[in-house]
Amino acid sequence: MEFFLKLGQVGQHLPALMRASVVNLELLGALLVIGFLIGTVVALLQVYGGRLLATGAYVYEWIFRSIPVLVLLFLFYYGPSHFGLDVQAFLAASLALGFRSSAYQSQIFRGAIQAIPTGQMVAARALGMSKLQAIRHVILPQAFRLAIPGWSNEYSSVVKDTTLAYAVGLNEIMRYARIIMDRRYDLAMATFIVVALVFLVFTYSGNALLGLVERRFRIPGLQMPGASRAAR
Amino acid sequence: MREEAMEALLLVEDIHKRYGKEEVLKGVSFQLRKGETKVIIGPSGTGKSTLLRCINRLTEPDRGRVWLEGVEVTSRKVDINRIRAQIGFVFQDFNLFTHLTALDNVRLGPMRVLGMRKEEATKLAQEELARVGLAGKANAFPAQLSGGQQQRVSIARALAMNPKLILFDEPTSALDPELIGEVLEVMIQLAKDGMTMIVVTHEMGFARSVADEIIFMEKGVIVEQGPPAQLFSAPQHPRTAEFLSKITELYGGTEG
Repeated sequence: MEFFLKLGQVGQHLPALMRASVVNLELLGALLVIGFLIGTVVALLQVYGGRLLATGAYVYEWIFRSIPVLVLLFLFYYGPSHFGLDVQAFLAASLALGFRSSAYQSQIFRGAIQAIPTGQMVAARALGMSKLQAIRHVILPQAFRLAIPGWSNEYSSVVKDTTLAYAVGLNEIMRYARIIMDRRYDLAMATFIVVALVFLVFTYSGNALLGLVERRFRIPGLQMPGASRAAR
Repeated sequence: MREEAMEALLLVEDIHKRYGKEEVLKGVSFQLRKGETKVIIGPSGTGKSTLLRCINRLTEPDRGRVWLEGVEVTSRKVDINRIRAQIGFVFQDFNLFTHLTALDNVRLGPMRVLGMRKEEATKLAQEELARVGLAGKANAFPAQLSGGQQQRVSIARALAMNPKLILFDEPTSALDPELIGEVLEVMIQLAKDGMTMIVVTHEMGFARSVADEIIFMEKGVIVEQGPPAQLFSAPQHPRTAEFLSKITELYGGTEG
């Protein structure tokens, strides 16, 4: 009973918590866009880039998949100040989490690109398309569709990672929850339950939206190899 | 050589191709006049498909040269994409773009390679689909079409580029027997309409009735070539006779 009372007391902080959660969403958007753009390029270089560029892409992927997230965050936030650069927490977090996500996203896209039969590229080239045209009009439209299930997984993972930006002082939901807790320690439990609920909603609605996108763009006969039974 | 290149639509000269230790093509030469249909036959693994792919450099030949209307295709300076746009290619497994409808498959090339406006390309694509008997399937995705229909769409896709010639790489080999006829019918009509074609096939009925000349290839070289009547009734080389009798037994000599 007393617990529900406390939940009620957290309620008065709810608007502020929600405002802080918008920062998480902004960070999520930024990191997903960075991850998507760079991840696509890295995947394409790994598949079509030739030896030198492909190696570079693999090294990039290896670096950002290996370094712990917190270390990356600190490197991007505190690192530049050694060179006299002042980096905002939001920018540092967007880049650190975005580059990291790009490494993971590149592997989702690479798998999708390699699942497309090679005859698709050959047929596009036979029509007189350049490699870039073939990638743009034939390979990527198929690869992105095939990548949606794997990408949903990545979304669910990075949406939670946005709370780690707390470590570099970004005014996101985790930091605000911490402020409430510091003032009223007895509200800690209730506060973090609210934070948890917020992420349940984020994960659910994000995956629901991606499911909609997947159905909207579904094309008969286009699926990952061996996915036919799962699709039914 | 150059003069010859001007007369023939396509001139293929001394093409060599090696995969590792195996020399797949050991110096193949032939020429093709405008409006001619040439059929290439021979046992599998004798380099017929590789030869076709060397013509538009989907496979780079190790040696030898190819001219299309006097332009050297194999020259390093040539814009190969512009050459390929003039040479249709029909694949054994169709290779239709999975994510596009029949209509989009056919109009993609005209729009993206030839820079045609959408309305114009759409009209053209609809005409080409009608030409292969698939006007009603414009909005179907490849997976919703039978193999024969997919292959006909892929022929329409090649035709929409208004090519100078079309290369057919075993266009009916991946099809169920009852679907072969509809594809051959389209190809026969094309030949009658004066399309220049090179067809690699095992369909002897098609070869006999449509080919201006048949090339028999084995082990990377041309063993014998000549008009169908000559090859079928009086082959000069014992291997040709042997192959023809075997293949006729297997596939039947009648038109598909």
